[in-house]
Amino acid sequence: MALFARAARAPLEYSRTLWMRLWVGAVMVFLYAPLAVLMIFSFNDSKRNVVWRGFTTKYYEKALSNDQLVEALVNSLAIAALATLASLVIGTLAAIMLWRFRFPLKGIVDGTVSLPIIVPEICLGVAFLMFFAAVDWPTDLIWPFNLGAITIAHITFCFPFVTMVVRSRLASFNREQEEAAKDLGASEWQVFRDVLIPHIKPALVAGALLAFTLSLDDFVITYFTSGPDTITFPVKVYSMVRFSVTPEVNAASTLLIILTVVLTFIALKLQGVKAIADTH
Amino acid sequence: MAEQDWGTNKRAFAAVSLPTLFWVVAFFLVPMAIVWLYSFGENRGLTDIDISGTLDNYKRATEWLYVTIFAKSFAVAALVTLICLIVGFPVAMAITFASEKWRPWLLLGIMLPFWTNLLIRTYALMMLLGTQGFANKGLGLLWGGASWVKTLVGLEPLPTWEPVELLFNNFAVVFGLVYVHLPFMVLPLYAALDRLDRSLIEASLDLGAGHFRTIMRIVVPLAAPGIVAGVMITLIPALGAYLTPDLMGGTDSQMIANVIERQFKKANDWPFGAALSFLLIYAMFILIALQSLRRKVPEVR
Repeated sequence: MALFARAARAPLEYSRTLWMRLWVGAVMVFLYAPLAVLMIFSFNDSKRNVVWRGFTTKYYEKALSNDQLVEALVNSLAIAALATLASLVIGTLAAIMLWRFRFPLKGIVDGTVSLPIIVPEICLGVAFLMFFAAVDWPTDLIWPFNLGAITIAHITFCFPFVTMVVRSRLASFNREQEEAAKDLGASEWQVFRDVLIPHIKPALVAGALLAFTLSLDDFVITYFTSGPDTITFPVKVYSMVRFSVTPEVNAASTLLIILTVVLTFIALKLQGVKAIADTH
Repeated sequence: MAEQDWGTNKRAFAAVSLPTLFWVVAFFLVPMAIVWLYSFGENRGLTDIDISGTLDNYKRATEWLYVTIFAKSFAVAALVTLICLIVGFPVAMAITFASEKWRPWLLLGIMLPFWTNLLIRTYALMMLLGTQGFANKGLGLLWGGASWVKTLVGLEPLPTWEPVELLFNNFAVVFGLVYVHLPFMVLPLYAALDRLDRSLIEASLDLGAGHFRTIMRIVVPLAAPGIVAGVMITLIPALGAYLTPDLMGGTDSQMIANVIERQFKKANDWPFGAALSFLLIYAMFILIALQSLRRKVPEVR
């Protein structure tokens, strides 16, 4: 962006005024400077993270050889993958139900489906803690079944987001396409698979990305549902941050940030920036 | 477009509705109902809870200590929302009126932190704000500079710089919450501003109103639904925030979520924690009801 505009500024080109640019620049620095510092200092050869003492990758080796940390990361990714898959199915079905049908108590069902978005995380976490205690959920299962409780909790708060995204995409669906397919002899299932699903595909990609990052990101609800053997990445990082701040945490965090950025860019490649932005 | 009555195609309706309804009932409504029931219970022994229908938990929540924590949580969340609105509005304006080439990248710039792990972002901020962090070094440099300027004009230099504690206090909590929630505010504001009819702004400017007046009298009222949405999307999670006050706050910056957590992890008073949870949920409902009241006004006019 050329800082000093050459052509005269049209009245509505607010983003070409200097103070606007400074403001946006300052906000971007505010948003990114802490993350940049965190990433840079993951390469710092010093136990206390504050003064630069030279480049090293030893904290990455340390983080990657920390079995608990790696296990937590694997758990997180497994939970996120499972939760994303289930959220896509449930969220899409819910969106189709609310978009296509008229049924008794529809208003209440509609409100209840989006309720997990509104209920504060802490309350949802408490609810799952009490629920799994009340039903005596087994805690001694083998991996990956011991992640069941966390995955269930994640699906509950992820699928409403998928519903929201898919529903707004369904609004632009032309029902005549469906009728045409039926006139040509397609069954209900074929219409669903060959007409409806291709139309909502962008929303499914956006919804999957949203669900995956929400699940990977979640600390509070997981904190209440995880047992001693089912640590996720955020829960592990939390306990590390509480006890001591080491460059190992920086290294592990950097890896996760890179993963997020890569995922985002894959979604952008598939969808374009505009489509992703529209889902928010 | 006409919706189909569920009775005309029961099989398709069952196929799409049963999985959803099962999930919502079994893994959302039932857990919430358990919390609600426990909030009327009392502890009998260490793990035994008797749901006796007592209102003691709610009575205890009206004690001064808890009322002040609720009030403080509201105040902090409102302050965070206000700061986010002031900081975020110009950003949303800039994105709206940016060139086609730049707009997606600016949006991405706002959204990428939103997708980055909350815990990592909080930790990054803690590194920056710590007594040995860059924020303190920057302040130290300014202090040194000021001291040098004073000696130039022949005054006594300032005493040596002592690092200030920027973490573990209320300032850190507000700062951290603003950092975390800013994207929540910018995105709905942008969505509202983007839909705005630009000819109205042009008309206002042509008729002689200044930019500031145009923004206050034309843009803000027209973007009001987006502003309300942004306020709600920021206020609600900020009110229930747990991680930021826990990691960045001091002993006096506890918010309601931290008090709830303590009932479950340390104090082991589940019924009281359940009652506090439901009070927080009721507070959310009231906020949302107020918002929908606000939304109805323009329709009446």
